[in-house]
Amino acid sequence: MTTIGKAIATLGARVRGQISGLGAFVRLAASILRRSGAALSRPGLVSQQIHFIGNYSLLIIAVSGLFVGFVLGLQGFYTLSRYGSEEALGLLVALSLTRELGPVVTALLFAGRAGTSLTAEIGLMKAGEQLAAMEVMAVDPIRRVLVPRFWGGVIAMPVLAAVFSMVGVIGGWVVGVQLIGIDAGSFWSQMQEGVDVINDVLNGFIKSVVFGIAVTLVALYAGWTARATPEGVSRATTQTVVYSSLLVLGLDFVMTALMFG
Amino acid sequence: MTSVPPTDIILQFADVALGYGDFTVLSGISLEARKGQVVALMGGSGSGKTTLLRAATGQIIAQKGRVSAFGQDIAGQSAESLRQLRQRMGVLFQQGALFTDLNVFENVAFPLREHTRISESQIQERVLDKLDAVGLRAAAHLRISEISGGMARRVALARAIVLEPELILYDEPFAGLDPISLGITAQLIRDLTDKLNCASVLITHDVHESFAIADQVYVVGQGKLIAEGSPSQLSTSTDSYVKQFLNGEPDGPIAFHYPNSPAFEKWLAQRGRRP
Repeated sequence: MTTIGKAIATLGARVRGQISGLGAFVRLAASILRRSGAALSRPGLVSQQIHFIGNYSLLIIAVSGLFVGFVLGLQGFYTLSRYGSEEALGLLVALSLTRELGPVVTALLFAGRAGTSLTAEIGLMKAGEQLAAMEVMAVDPIRRVLVPRFWGGVIAMPVLAAVFSMVGVIGGWVVGVQLIGIDAGSFWSQMQEGVDVINDVLNGFIKSVVFGIAVTLVALYAGWTARATPEGVSRATTQTVVYSSLLVLGLDFVMTALMFG
Repeated sequence: MTSVPPTDIILQFADVALGYGDFTVLSGISLEARKGQVVALMGGSGSGKTTLLRAATGQIIAQKGRVSAFGQDIAGQSAESLRQLRQRMGVLFQQGALFTDLNVFENVAFPLREHTRISESQIQERVLDKLDAVGLRAAAHLRISEISGGMARRVALARAIVLEPELILYDEPFAGLDPISLGITAQLIRDLTDKLNCASVLITHDVHESFAIADQVYVVGQGKLIAEGSPSQLSTSTDSYVKQFLNGEPDGPIAFHYPNSPAFEKWLAQRGRRP
């Protein structure tokens, strides 16, 4: 009986911990949004973060986009050729990238590349008393540190997703047209006709903005609440990857169902 | 003893008890720092000196008594008015707490950029002036990872004084400094206090340097205020705690060994049972 009681108590404590964590997450998100006016009054801080978050992720995003494009070209050709519709390869590559792979894979790579560095940076700032020092200097660390990083991430994500999709289309073209020999005219014209700006491109853009918000918030929250020790910071960076990846995949399912269902 | 105009008192603790949660670190603390004064708060490691500093900046609220800065009770302040009070203070943190994503120049310029609207040329002039005062003018372009611990502390000092505050709190300003920097830093604190006519509060256990520049010294230990007075008064004190602390004697009321506790005995017994 006591063992069962203990198990129930442990479960209860865990659930309560998760719920209070979620509450703290939402409160932090709300305070970031409330203080976001400051980000607009000092665009320099945001552009610095876009550079830091976006520019440094550009290479990994572009290279990954190219390889995903190659694979899409190969797999697409293999499947489409069974039905004799190889010329639709351009459309398949473009739709897969703009609707799904562009936003999702970019967000997953972003979580691993930029999300972890945001978490570690803020966790170490906390460990080095930098956030406390800011507070004592009458500077609000949420406004000065978190807000520019949040908007930097939110702005960088759709741009990176667009780069990913663009490079991916080029990858599909290299494999489909240059290597396999599909007609270049039908590759591009099918794509031009079949891809809808609102339905496909805009929805993909909305997805990547939502992922940008989700991943950046998770990364900032993990750093902000990290224990100020080497172990605490390492645990927080792991949390960033795990939670933001799951969140991206879950949100993608919900948004796909709403947008294309 | 001359009477002091109340406006001259910058920082005041009145019968204050401080701690974390239910645990009280210090109690019955009464002290004050006035304009133009260097006040040293001394005590051994773990005596609660840094807790005093945290109370002065409003990072923790007194469990009992009243902590006031510039005549205003810290506890009763809204977030905005506390921010305004903090703008009138400069704090030198124990570890420097420099911003590692900014270089030396930008670290010192940080409070100016956040709290003033002065031009870039004025910022440059003031920052280089303060860096010159701590001997690091030519290090302005370096990254924080490129400077030594002692240099970082001096940069932090320049940052703490760049807004020329009315109250400067120094947490262990002499720790980790070489003998040359130590003497210069001590003199710098004295000169700044005289020049800015501000109040300087040093949290330190460095007897020699702080006695050389302090007007008033408070010694804390055993959870309370043990002694207060001018350096010369304390030097002649017959209190056994004060004598042991000032002379660094191994024997006396301050124990070197951490006290034994039932928790430790239990832990030791458990270890003994392990194969």
